[in-house]
Amino acid sequence: MPYKLMINGKLREVDAPGDMPLLWALRDELGMVGTKFGCGAGLCGACTVHVDGQAQRSCQTPIATVGKSKITTIEQIGATPIGAKLQEAWVEIDVMQCGYCQAGQIMSASALLAKTPRPTTEQIHEAMEGNICRCACYTRIEQGIRIAAGMEKTHAA
Amino acid sequence: MLHETVATDRRAFLRASLLAGGGLALNLSIPMPAMAAESGKAGATDPRLSAFVSIAPNGVVTIVGKNPEIGQGIKTMLPMLVAEELDADWDKVIIQQGDANAALYGSQIAGGSFATPQNWLPMRQTGAAARQMLVQAAATKLGVEPASLTTSKGRITHAASGRSLGYGDVASDAAKLPAPDLKTVPLKSPDKFVIIGKSKVGVDSHRIVRGEPIYGIDTRIPGMLYAAFESTPAFGAKLNGGKFDAAKASQGVRHVVQLKGDGTPDGVVDGVAVLATNWWLANQARSKLELDWDLSRAKGHSTEAYAVKANALMDGAPATEIRRDGDPDAKLAGAAKRLKARYDYPFLAHAPMEPQNCTALYKDGKLEIWAPTQNPAPGIKLIVAQLGMKEEDITLHLTRMGGGFGRRLTNDYMVQAAAIAKQVPGTPVKLLFSREDDIRRDFYRAAGWHEFEAGLDGQGKLVAMKDHFITFGDKDPTTGAGIAPGHTPAGLIPDFAIGRSMMPTVIATGYMRAPGSNALCFAFQSFLDEVAQAQGSDLPTLMLTLLGDRREVISPGEGGRGKMTFDTGRARDVIEKVMKTSAWTTKPSQPGRAKGFAFYYSHQGYFAEVVDASAKGDDIKVHKVWVAGDIGSQIINPMGAENQVRGSIIDGIAQALTGMEVQFVDGAPQQSNFHDYPLGRMPITPEIQIDWVLSTKSPTGLGEPALPPVIPALTNALFQATGKRVRSLPIKLAAA
Repeated sequence: MPYKLMINGKLREVDAPGDMPLLWALRDELGMVGTKFGCGAGLCGACTVHVDGQAQRSCQTPIATVGKSKITTIEQIGATPIGAKLQEAWVEIDVMQCGYCQAGQIMSASALLAKTPRPTTEQIHEAMEGNICRCACYTRIEQGIRIAAGMEKTHAA
Repeated sequence: MLHETVATDRRAFLRASLLAGGGLALNLSIPMPAMAAESGKAGATDPRLSAFVSIAPNGVVTIVGKNPEIGQGIKTMLPMLVAEELDADWDKVIIQQGDANAALYGSQIAGGSFATPQNWLPMRQTGAAARQMLVQAAATKLGVEPASLTTSKGRITHAASGRSLGYGDVASDAAKLPAPDLKTVPLKSPDKFVIIGKSKVGVDSHRIVRGEPIYGIDTRIPGMLYAAFESTPAFGAKLNGGKFDAAKASQGVRHVVQLKGDGTPDGVVDGVAVLATNWWLANQARSKLELDWDLSRAKGHSTEAYAVKANALMDGAPATEIRRDGDPDAKLAGAAKRLKARYDYPFLAHAPMEPQNCTALYKDGKLEIWAPTQNPAPGIKLIVAQLGMKEEDITLHLTRMGGGFGRRLTNDYMVQAAAIAKQVPGTPVKLLFSREDDIRRDFYRAAGWHEFEAGLDGQGKLVAMKDHFITFGDKDPTTGAGIAPGHTPAGLIPDFAIGRSMMPTVIATGYMRAPGSNALCFAFQSFLDEVAQAQGSDLPTLMLTLLGDRREVISPGEGGRGKMTFDTGRARDVIEKVMKTSAWTTKPSQPGRAKGFAFYYSHQGYFAEVVDASAKGDDIKVHKVWVAGDIGSQIINPMGAENQVRGSIIDGIAQALTGMEVQFVDGAPQQSNFHDYPLGRMPITPEIQIDWVLSTKSPTGLGEPALPPVIPALTNALFQATGKRVRSLPIKLAAA
């Protein structure tokens, strides 16, 4: 049945079963492939999106449960000041290697900074532990968050 | 250094041509016989190297990134070499990913850390040749001597008259000039570098942070269907038949397609693909397939059975002698003190974050493919062989990859996507593995076992050493499961032997980041640490003693392929460096906390590493890692280089610590996703200090050699901290 979803400020219609995870509605129904498939089981964080500002694994979010909630994806996170700062910091210190997980990393990081503008190391680890980076760019992900939070000056490696 | 150039080969040629619409195009082509010999199975597809650069009349410089990008940074690094000698404006250079095209680009492979050593000179020579032609054309136009012109950021300046021209202004004229003899093209001296040695942000990074579609999995072709593929639940399984009706009747499903394999895992395999309008729908329908499998071939191929057999083999004599120097048995018999220990390590999956996938369209007898592959040429050959296609009817577009780690050197998923697409002509199909498929249909880092023996004389000197290595194979070891006769410390101990025994397996094995080395280093450097402890010494001191004077030790490569040159001086330098940076002799004051050391030479890189770790019960923490590495005279992109090293260090620590292991029962992989195959997460990240030791040799690759030593450096630290010797990976301190 058709579901109306508020995605990145636009009302989008998806005609799919209600138990279809939001990830697959985004990727294969709407062609928004910035949100990545990593595990399909809520274990890696690659598919992280914001649902009413909260970081949520889209592979574990059936579209029937979304209702009127506002969904934000990596394609639009740059429109928020925090998202833009994270993207800028990510490029500045070239956080990524393969880059595949970074959409999810930025979505988790932006949800963290929205709630905790100056996070401690423990808070960063706690918020980011659910996001796997197989290339292990963790040092720079942490540094990128600090830079975006204004807690560290940029200095290219 | 210039005498090392491969481009002086008389069969090398540089072809200049006029771009359509004006401008200069340059194509360098160099035969690479040595490379084919060295790279073995993975790389010996086409022994040519090419470089492509073009300059349009508007001055835009386009450089083709010909090698596949898996996160190692090659798409940025190779063009940096061209741009440096061309004196292009790096900020304005356009990097274009080349398609797979052996005739045009020659070798295109992301593997073996080969790209840097192979391309260091040819890429620069191509840039220098282009620059020389542009300068020549400008000199003619301005009526001055070429020597009176200087170049910078895409402009040619005649300082005496204050006149200047953009590269685009003379590109078409330059295209009419004969390409220079590569031997005569001067290269910059390193102190004049303005791009090489400076940190450059990855060319795709700004697109990645915006979620732009650049990975294989992001490929979308109008009318495309998504395929989920139910295939062999155990290696070597045969599909007897099944019922597809329920799957066929599921929502969104358009086709159900059966594939028939030949029993080998690296191409088309037995199975049934469900094609739907959405991958999740296809994967849901897939669970409704009722398939009848013949699993008899894999009976008994289980982790436990392998371990029992390996231990029985270690009880006996090696089946094959890999290397024997002197008379280690006699020396052992006469030794004042003898050590003997068994080591083992498990099968590992690559688990790149982007699951295996490939998009294919078969239409009018032609095949178009969009693939994240590290090794395109063998994939095309496999499609030709298995699907009866002609090479000229296949177009293969290379996409960026969400990690590789060696998994995508094997093109099984590409051939499978092509086979599925061939059954639905005119319809593009994207085959996507679930994470469970990805972990269960891998080409695993092979498990292995070692029995070491060593003898010390009355003064505690190491006088003999033997390794009996148990691995998988029939006549030869399976992919990535061998050992080279030159494996360190071969050549450093006069009485030394490596023997090998093998057991057959149905499990598919493959190359994984620092193949061989990622496991062998743990075993050898841990046992040598045991030797050092028995001497009342420490491992860096033992290594320096074994290395002796600065010299080159030459050994045959694996399987008699090529030769390995090991420079004891470069090894000494990194060891001494890391002893200094880590303040090796200063012990951490906390109880249960200590430093450990390891050294390794692989992929032409020399790495010595020190780990500071502590343990409370089974709770292990790595506090800091010091790295000293020598990969030649120049770090080309320091920002990328540091990321490679950090990633390698954390990758290695995770392999040892998080419990990563793939187990088998009757040929069926038992792990399936990140809950039972746990990768490293942010909190395991230690502080990492990297120091480069610059030598006089040409730069070599960095995707791999920093990884191997961190594992034994960690286990050696744990021995110091707890008195427990870890002889089995992944680390289980309670069992050690």
